Amino acid sequence: MRLFVHQLRSEQRIFWRNRESAVFLFIFPIMLFVLLGSFYTGDTIAGHPAVDVLLAGMIGYGAANTGFAGMAITLVIRREYGILKRLRSTPLPAGVYFAAALGSTLIVFALQTVVLYGLGWLFYDTSFPEDVLSLALLVLVGAVAFTGLGVGLASLIRSAEGASAVVNVVLLPMAFLSGSFGVRDYPAVLDAIAGALPLKHFIELVIGASLAGEALWSNLKALAIVVAWGAAGAVLAARRFTWEPKER
Amino acid sequence: MTAISVSGLRKSYDGVEAVRGINFEVAAGEVFGLLGPNGAGKTTTVEILEGYRERDAGEVRVLGFDPGRAERAFRERIGVVLQSSELWPGLTVREIHRIFAGYYQRPRDVEDVIALVGLDEKRDARVKTLSGGQKRRLDLGIALVGDPDLVFLDEPTTGFDPAARRNAWELIRSLRELGKTVLLTTHYLDEAQQLADRVAVLRGGEIVLLGKPSELTGASAKAEIRYRRDGELVIVETNEPTRALNELTRAALAEGRELEGLEVRRPTLEDVYLELLDEDKA
Repeated sequence: MRLFVHQLRSEQRIFWRNRESAVFLFIFPIMLFVLLGSFYTGDTIAGHPAVDVLLAGMIGYGAANTGFAGMAITLVIRREYGILKRLRSTPLPAGVYFAAALGSTLIVFALQTVVLYGLGWLFYDTSFPEDVLSLALLVLVGAVAFTGLGVGLASLIRSAEGASAVVNVVLLPMAFLSGSFGVRDYPAVLDAIAGALPLKHFIELVIGASLAGEALWSNLKALAIVVAWGAAGAVLAARRFTWEPKER
Repeated sequence: MTAISVSGLRKSYDGVEAVRGINFEVAAGEVFGLLGPNGAGKTTTVEILEGYRERDAGEVRVLGFDPGRAERAFRERIGVVLQSSELWPGLTVREIHRIFAGYYQRPRDVEDVIALVGLDEKRDARVKTLSGGQKRRLDLGIALVGDPDLVFLDEPTTGFDPAARRNAWELIRSLRELGKTVLLTTHYLDEAQQLADRVAVLRGGEIVLLGKPSELTGASAKAEIRYRRDGELVIVETNEPTRALNELTRAALAEGRELEGLEVRRPTLEDVYLELLDEDKA
């Protein structure tokens, strides 16, 4: 436990000290929300105020951005720089390392969600979440599932230079198709692709909890798809993850 | 006390034997050098001892542990400096030492370690502002912060300029004074000669020479006398350099001749080493 707290504090220090990660992972979704929010005021989407739906989409994007993209890029860079190999020679257990990395992601994502709600309330008069407990649990589920996916993807990426490109090629189209940025009407084929991916379902769950007051467990199918993707990433990682640089 | 014992160690990658049954022991407090050209099996051997790689065959004990099991108690007692590694560029020297110190049950005092590796004035400097040599000191600092009994140094001065190398050597000598056991790999002969109490020369995955640097060169007792006569290089090999030199100089004096470029040398480890490598090619 002492080691976990130590590593969690270290991860937080490293995260906020690195301007690129702090801006790209934490500020960027918030900035997008503030910019896009000004286009959506007044409209409605599926019976809800459009800016509320955008906010839910941004929370989804935030989960994928901090958990999936952030974890994948960080792990690949640390692996290729030899940092992971170096950590492996210390008494820090692998399980504690990953638990702290997940905990750190959760802190960043939870903080981001709070800031999104705060700014939404301040600028766009968004509504307070109907089911706060379910939303809080969703933040946890989202952080865990997308972190699992991120670790899985990190196992497949070979070089530090390619990490950011590979991650964004996956992340941005998924975010668009899943309705992260408010647009939700796509041709059937694209809609089917989004339906197979976890982010759309995660956003549905966020909309359910925050706007319709639906408990997390009222949409078990969506929850199962999100969790299954996270588990798939974790399984892939368990088989393919290495602590040593691939390109040396 | 034995810090490391290795017998019959073997390791293959994709059917190619990188290490072919080597044996050696390192005593506690000893600085032991693994010397050899690239691809000789040095890094494979060290990484098996560090617990990064599993061996195919053989017995290995490091500080009484089997490194293949990578127990936490084992990792409490070793320090590792990798051939190349980077650290978080935005953190300071002190912050990084603190992070690593936190992984150990009985770490050394962080400020002491920073002073030991000569980074006092860079305590609060971010990693990205450090020079190459300072980064290597940082690497050594975080390898020492857990107060290990055994320190692995994989090619610690590769790519250094001469001044930085001498600094690094001083640092490695200070490890001996702390009573640490050091396993050092290098492909620089002078480095092994300068630092190691004993050296194992690896070639093609086998140990071809093992002993004190002085013993290895002393294996051939011959001395060489070199001089130039009418511009031609003359080399005299002898087991009695005093007598041979006396005869040479007497003859030259009698003829009123100067022995141009006169030198007497004993084969260095380098000569022995190059001879071994030449045999390899032949």
